[in-house]
Amino acid sequence: MKKIKLIIDGMQVMVPEKTTLMEAAETIGIHIPRLCYHPDLSKEGACRICIVEVEGARTFQASCSTPAAEGMKVKTNSPEIRQARRDLVELILDNHPQECQTCERDGQCELQNLAYALGVRHRLFAGRRKRYPQENSSLAVVRDSEKCILCRRCVRVCAEIQGVYNLQQMHRGVQTVVTPAFEDSMAESVCVHCGQCVNVCPTAAFLEKRSTDQVWKALADPRLHVVVHIAPSIRAAIGEGFGLEPGTPATLQTITALRRLGFHKVFDTNFGADLTIMEEAHELVSRLRSGRNLPLLTSCSAGWIKFMEHFYPDLIPHASSCKSPMSMLSALLKTYYAQKQGIDPDCIYVVSIMPCTAKKYEIMRPELCRPDGKPYTDAVLTTRELVWMIKAYGIDFVKLPDGRFDNPLGFSSGAADIFGTTGGVMEAALRTAAEKLTGQELTDLNFIEVREVEGLKEASIAIGDQVLHVAVANGLTNAKIILNKVRAQEKQFQLVEIMACPGGCIGGGGQPYPPEGYPVLDKEIIRRRARALYAIDQAKQIRKSHENPYIKDLYDKFLGEPGSRKAHELLHTHYTVREPRGI
Amino acid sequence: MGKILDAFMAVKKRLLDDAANTLSSAPIIIQVGSATCENAAGAQEVRREFEKLLLASGRADIFIKQTGCTGRCSREPIVGVYLPDQFPIKYEKVTVEKVQQIFQQHILGGQPVVPLILDKKTSRMYSWVVTFASLSTVETDSASRWNEKFKEHLKIHGVPEETIRSFIGGCLGLYPAGKEGNKVGMLVFPEKVVYEFGTEEDLARIIQSHFKDRKTLTSMQAEIDPLIKRFITLYGDVAFFNKQTRLTLRNSGIIDPESLKDYVANDGFEALARVLENGQPQAVIQAVILSGLRGRGGAGFPTGSKWQSAVDNPDPVKYVVCNADEGDPGAYMDRSTLEGDPFSIIHGMALGAFAIGASKGYIYVRAEYPLAIRRLEYAIRQCEDAGLLGKNILGSDFSFEIELRLGAGAFVCGEETALMLSITGRRGQPMIRPPYPTERGLWGHPTVINNVETWSNIPVIIRHGAEWFARIGTEKSKGTKVFALAGKIVNSGLVEVPMGTTLREIIYDIGGGVEKGRTLKAVQTGGPSGGCIPADLIDTPVDYDSLAAVGSIMGSGGMIVLDDEDCMVAMAKFFLEFTQDESCGKCVPCREGTLRMLEILERITAGQGMPEDLDKLERLGNLIKKTSLCGLGQSAPNPVLSALRYFRSEFEAHVLEKCCPTRKCSKLIRYEINPEKCIGCTLCARQCPVNCIEGTARKPHLVIQERCIKCGNCFAACKFEAVDRV
Amino acid sequence: MDVNLETTLDKEIIEFIAACMQREHPRSYLISVLGKVQEKYGYLSRQHMHAVAHIMRIPTSRVYGVATFYHFFRLRPRGKHQISICMGTACFVKGADRVLEAFKSELGIDIGETTKDGIFSLDNTRCLGVCGLAPVVTINNQVYSQVTPQQVPELINKTLGR
Repeated sequence: MKKIKLIIDGMQVMVPEKTTLMEAAETIGIHIPRLCYHPDLSKEGACRICIVEVEGARTFQASCSTPAAEGMKVKTNSPEIRQARRDLVELILDNHPQECQTCERDGQCELQNLAYALGVRHRLFAGRRKRYPQENSSLAVVRDSEKCILCRRCVRVCAEIQGVYNLQQMHRGVQTVVTPAFEDSMAESVCVHCGQCVNVCPTAAFLEKRSTDQVWKALADPRLHVVVHIAPSIRAAIGEGFGLEPGTPATLQTITALRRLGFHKVFDTNFGADLTIMEEAHELVSRLRSGRNLPLLTSCSAGWIKFMEHFYPDLIPHASSCKSPMSMLSALLKTYYAQKQGIDPDCIYVVSIMPCTAKKYEIMRPELCRPDGKPYTDAVLTTRELVWMIKAYGIDFVKLPDGRFDNPLGFSSGAADIFGTTGGVMEAALRTAAEKLTGQELTDLNFIEVREVEGLKEASIAIGDQVLHVAVANGLTNAKIILNKVRAQEKQFQLVEIMACPGGCIGGGGQPYPPEGYPVLDKEIIRRRARALYAIDQAKQIRKSHENPYIKDLYDKFLGEPGSRKAHELLHTHYTVREPRGI
Repeated sequence: MGKILDAFMAVKKRLLDDAANTLSSAPIIIQVGSATCENAAGAQEVRREFEKLLLASGRADIFIKQTGCTGRCSREPIVGVYLPDQFPIKYEKVTVEKVQQIFQQHILGGQPVVPLILDKKTSRMYSWVVTFASLSTVETDSASRWNEKFKEHLKIHGVPEETIRSFIGGCLGLYPAGKEGNKVGMLVFPEKVVYEFGTEEDLARIIQSHFKDRKTLTSMQAEIDPLIKRFITLYGDVAFFNKQTRLTLRNSGIIDPESLKDYVANDGFEALARVLENGQPQAVIQAVILSGLRGRGGAGFPTGSKWQSAVDNPDPVKYVVCNADEGDPGAYMDRSTLEGDPFSIIHGMALGAFAIGASKGYIYVRAEYPLAIRRLEYAIRQCEDAGLLGKNILGSDFSFEIELRLGAGAFVCGEETALMLSITGRRGQPMIRPPYPTERGLWGHPTVINNVETWSNIPVIIRHGAEWFARIGTEKSKGTKVFALAGKIVNSGLVEVPMGTTLREIIYDIGGGVEKGRTLKAVQTGGPSGGCIPADLIDTPVDYDSLAAVGSIMGSGGMIVLDDEDCMVAMAKFFLEFTQDESCGKCVPCREGTLRMLEILERITAGQGMPEDLDKLERLGNLIKKTSLCGLGQSAPNPVLSALRYFRSEFEAHVLEKCCPTRKCSKLIRYEINPEKCIGCTLCARQCPVNCIEGTARKPHLVIQERCIKCGNCFAACKFEAVDRV
Repeated sequence: MDVNLETTLDKEIIEFIAACMQREHPRSYLISVLGKVQEKYGYLSRQHMHAVAHIMRIPTSRVYGVATFYHFFRLRPRGKHQISICMGTACFVKGADRVLEAFKSELGIDIGETTKDGIFSLDNTRCLGVCGLAPVVTINNQVYSQVTPQQVPELINKTLGR
């Protein structure tokens, strides 16, 4: 590729053709301030914070989108540029609530950080500011347009990565506001609750619906037996909330932290994951035998399920009827566990720690509730919320001693750990299904065809004398590509794993905000989290769900066999066509 | 002649076969304007009245023809009457009542109704009208010397001076006038003869022959530019037009905009036929480059270079787009062309499409222009039917179709990237450039976007040659520019002048000066993206660079004349309200910055300004200019910054003395009734919309200030100057 | 919202959309389609936009985003008579703001509003290109030129046929 020579801040830089000025500056260690830019999203060029001075140009140029050109002379930090950036940030602040101290993102807000870094120390232009009520209708996501700075990252992530197109800028000029169609509430919209808007928002215009208050209250209630279980992906990401390097597994500190917070029992959602595999593998094998409703679509991701109900209701028969690992385990906690421990299920308060905002919605789906209409899971905390609770308590997470899960619902195979990353459910299912189909023991457990975190993978896997055509998609735009093929019967798949979020649960809408120096949803962070999960799997003795002794015991003593009536009653669910229909 | 030209001639013949009512062959023609402005002034009723009278007269040799706008807006409706061997006569402000008189006296009786003639200052009809050609100021001097000599020689020859009107006109297409140094061109009506001479002896011979013996002196006759001659002969003697050079508006007000036949009869589509016959797209681009034509939409980017960069792109799919989203609130050049000469835009686009290798074109036109839309639709259909649009045009390999796309009321869609998004059915919010439209435009393909005026210049350039075109205008700004002259001006309307014409010439020589004899304060050019040029810079020539140098822009051609009653702070606020309202909301400086600037101006006009506000305005203005995403934002502060530059003291009066020197800012004024002058006629009280004037009949009245909305009705109504504005 | 898409819109509009969908870049006709709907019904209702979105397969949020971006589209029904004051530069210089004030106080409504009895709607436009006749007002597409504030009551009465 052609190389281009240019001068940035007096230094000569050589970069390949089509490199932007922002990228070129990074090669010499200059991080140009930015706001609306995101490497995975289309270029917006709206915030103008990343402007630089290019010799000969009439106006300042946005470095995120201006390509480097031969002989260009660029200044990233002239006094004029610094004043302009300062003034631009002030203009954003002038139309933003001045409530940083009481804002949930205080200290983690990109706007706040920028204002500090660019030296906005006093206000020159302050005037009227926009007013909107907080929009609280959704069970998962809170929208606060007053805090919105119109960078359009949420709009872009919702459209480009998730293909949901729920959010859009409405009206124009200073009246511009980001809402669903018709300015409807989030609850009435096609929002799938994936929470990616929360992830990418630089301020607190999108936040998860907070559940910490009710969990504090439950923990303090002497009548309640409060149990908690943590999703597979939490262990790979939570450390970042405490300054640990991305990809540092922190399972054991998390357990200790949860006990210190006062939870009576700490279980592992992984157990539910193993159980899911038992049921789903059974379902797959029986569908392969009958040839009906293939491919089987996985059903662990709550965002994806809601997406299917809005956008692909015709494919509902293909979806696995298995509940998610969280819902399976919570159901067991208020039945099997309650029975075993002799505790009134009404006195058990189940909290799950999830990487996900959509789980807050999932627990309230009527078909996932107990027969009396009360939920099996009482509260869902995102990784972010748990990090905050641990910090709020004053627990020094990094120094915590190792803890151990409570049994039997705290033991899991390696197959369950990898549920947290894209391709993991597929691989876990294949490990079990292969043995079921061939009746022989699987020697190579690593289905590397479905690993790596890119959005879309198709593979043909030989199992015994048959070949399974499988596909793995993360991010709903990628899912659409596969689903359209399924719909058009363009290609015959047998098993399709879909995760709503980029990279799977490790890139979930409830994961910690990125550490300093990383953009949100940075590919490298996602990759490191995935690697952490594969490492945990690799290190385990038992790496197939059906070999988990506690699972076998559970079937022997309580459920019968996979697909039994009891299993269906507790571990399976159904789906409904949802309005408004997505487009 | 080649195959394609043959095909064109066949099309032309077919169209003209039934050409009884075109100008060239019809015995008597009544032209009635039919543009939006004409209709607003009542042209439709006038036309119906003529039709009624014509029907009653039973005459078959009289034709009524609709035309577009002549550009003489304040005198509309305008009716043109063409009698064989007579001056073309334009009547102004024609009403249904006047139609009867015009029809009886002039059309049937052959005698013009002199008092109704457009811009006629006297009731006399001259035997001859003589126009001396001039292009620049220098030539004007020389032309006026010749005019003086002409008058002297008339006396010497004993020709009664009062039978002849002589004056200095535009260039008459003889530029550079006096090719051999000191020659001058002279056009004589009604014979429509042009003489060119350089000595007094020659002048004497012309006078003897033409005005005494009444014989054309053929040996002194000069060839006049055909385009100019056509215009002059069709318009006759109207001062308003004499200083103009009409290229873009060459057909507006002359041809029937709904008749392809009329367009073709007036040289239409000949340029395309020739170019197709020639078969060399690069030659077209070369001509446009050589002509020096720059985009007429505002920024003045060289049109030829733009086309060339689209051609250089290897993508085989390309588009041409006509930007007819005329958004400047005070400009209507494009509407006039769209309504008056839609075919020339289609023609220009076809030439451009052939040049760059596009087979599809879009015209993006404002939904607010329903008549323009109807005419464009009709024009496209007629061209398709005649085989001038569509597959294999005139039997060539060139295929080209045009589709109309309607804007929906967003000023920002005049910006090219926003326009493209709007064409694709999206919110018209500008996108970052690069990539430029010529690299990645509509649906990712190279796209050339030019505005209406630019496109309609193309056929002229191709027909008459790049060199011919490049002779008009200044060194860096070639050709002409159309301005929509409005505001406090006597002759508001459309004017097309060579680049380099001074503001003074436009305002005084063509526009007739400031309305009501008031003093010129400033000229606003470029609308919301432009600036106010103060009266003492009125000798600024209009070209891209000179206007930029004084802090304004050429823009699309809005030109608003302001007099000493206009408050510059209020003007600045007006434009900022506009851009603020029209900001798409995408980028921070334009969305938030203009809001803060507007707040400051609101404060200042309400008497709550603070001394530091002026510096803040400048700081914000420069920030917005330097950092905005698109041209709309980058130019949004211009009206404020230029007003601050030239009229800072007026801002200071508002801020420091809390007073509006022109008494325009309603929050800084009060209406009071002078009890000594008030006779208690109650007129003001009756006119007050909020009933805030109290008093009994025949006793002095009183304005209740708390309720007054400062509408000024009382001030306007009082016949005794008893209402004071303080 | 459960609406039958085909019956929400008039047959003529359904056919227009169908014709657009046959062409290249069918979704680019959204603005034209919305224009047609407004021409037919006077405004864009939620049901209309919903139906257009589904028939054209354009996300509903985008349809609404477009409808609210352009001044031309109205999301509420308008009065029987539409009064529109040109606020272009020439009209402003010639006193359009005072004419607007007169209409506002005479009708008791602000810009963008409709009188309670549904008779009049008041709007402002950006330049009708009739600058030579400024200030201009359009009432039901009839252009009135050189309007003064004093003429306002008379114009209103004339519109009412009084």
